[in-house]
Amino acid sequence: MPGKSFIHRIDARAKIFLLLMLLVFIFVCRNFVSLAAISLFSLIIILMTKIGFIKYLKSLKYILAIIIFTGILNLFYGSGDVLWQWQFLKITSGGVNNAIFITIRISVMMMVSSVLTYTTSPTDLTDGLEWLMKPLKLLGVKVHDIAMVMTIAIRFIPVLLGETDKIMNAQKSRGADLESGNVFRRVKALVPVLIPLIVSSFKRAGDLAVAMECRCYNGGNGRTRMKIMRFTFTDVIALIISVLIFGTVIYFNIVYPAVI
Amino acid sequence: MNDFIRVENVYFRYDENEKNSNYVLDNISLCIKRGEFAAIVGHNGSGKSTLSKHFNSIYLPTLGNVIIDGLNTKDEAHVFDIRKKVGLVRQNPDNQIVAGIVEEDVAFGCENLGLPPEIIRERVECALKAADMYEYRTYSPDKLSGGQKQRVAIAGIIAMEPECIVLDEPTAMLDPQGRDEVMNTLLRLNREAGITIVLITHYMEEAVLADRVIVMESGKVLTDGTPHDVFSKVELLKKNRLDVPQATELVYRLKSCGFELPECVLNEEECVRALVSLIK
Repeated sequence: MPGKSFIHRIDARAKIFLLLMLLVFIFVCRNFVSLAAISLFSLIIILMTKIGFIKYLKSLKYILAIIIFTGILNLFYGSGDVLWQWQFLKITSGGVNNAIFITIRISVMMMVSSVLTYTTSPTDLTDGLEWLMKPLKLLGVKVHDIAMVMTIAIRFIPVLLGETDKIMNAQKSRGADLESGNVFRRVKALVPVLIPLIVSSFKRAGDLAVAMECRCYNGGNGRTRMKIMRFTFTDVIALIISVLIFGTVIYFNIVYPAVI
Repeated sequence: MNDFIRVENVYFRYDENEKNSNYVLDNISLCIKRGEFAAIVGHNGSGKSTLSKHFNSIYLPTLGNVIIDGLNTKDEAHVFDIRKKVGLVRQNPDNQIVAGIVEEDVAFGCENLGLPPEIIRERVECALKAADMYEYRTYSPDKLSGGQKQRVAIAGIIAMEPECIVLDEPTAMLDPQGRDEVMNTLLRLNREAGITIVLITHYMEEAVLADRVIVMESGKVLTDGTPHDVFSKVELLKKNRLDVPQATELVYRLKSCGFELPECVLNEEECVRALVSLIK
């Protein structure tokens, strides 16, 4: 989502790096005080993007099942006072602590990850990743190729979605029943949708390859870029603030007893 | 040297091992001059698309030579020089757009040429303006209509500053409005920037706008000349199940009924003028 906030203006490479660090530090938290600190920090970042908070809450719905599952599972682990027991299943105070902790942790992680995708254009993102993966070149990883594949994949997602829709309608108009029956039936009914989709994707890929060749593409050798990524003062500020926050988390971790 | 594209006795078939199969291109020879706007028309399977792919060494002739501005397409050392000179725009705009933002896609070709960023920026803006897509530069291609996407594809080629643009049925998947947009862009590029244009098309109304029309039929050149020359041969075209523009058809039919009308009209305007002078 386009915007001009402080978070939007951070260089994609810095943003990816800082996000990774933030995710690591969300995991580093051992007690509620440090978790509260990092959650507050994340909340401030989220509000700074000036994209509605509702949008971020919506991003949670994709992993709602995972959050509930891990939350319930964690209830039964841990030690402490037994609050409820049924045969071998027992809920302890420690388990309740764990469940709350894990739920907050996963939710915050998901929401800050959305910050990256909401505030960075796909091209900046792939360019940033390409730059960050550069060291892997020494190991023989074809970094440019991976970035190009990602760019094309992102570009073709809406195209292929549209195509899927068209094929589904075409099959429905010939009497295909895609919507009734149990799961197995429905999966089976998708085969006549998937096969034309795969065939046409290959055709598209061939076409695209020719079009790219026509425009002198030869695998990134001697290729330059129109947009140059630059680290700016904004990135330095973001880095300093992040380091301060991460330091605070470590401090709280040491000072207060660990609960998890 | 005035001939920009020279096709010399070209034969082509897809599978060189199948000696018995027919040639898709069957002894084609033609020259296209620098700055010319040539239209190639013909049926599906007449070999016109195949021929277009010979112009920038995507396909190489089985026999014969294709010379682009003095460079033979068979010479591997010149492949990139040739592709720099001749840009190819194809039918489906969706399958030619690489990047997720219009201006980045237009920059793609220039980036491949290894130009410095400031020059790329300059060329991209120029190309977007030439294709009349400047205000859409930050859009995502899937937010655009077919005609707009095709103009983005054309802008991507213009940015590479080719001397010639070959378009393989660029309007086939567009609605009439999109078709007009693309045609106007092409005409302007030809007239104002002096870019050689080779337009492969199904639509005779588009071919009429060219300086020269080449009609292909089963891998051969059937006839070649100015639109007036070509479309005055209504019978030859009809025999080969090819259309002529509606206005031409009308005048042709009236003439065969005995009315005194000019030899060939190409568009509605000429047709109206001819009919008005007949009535007077």
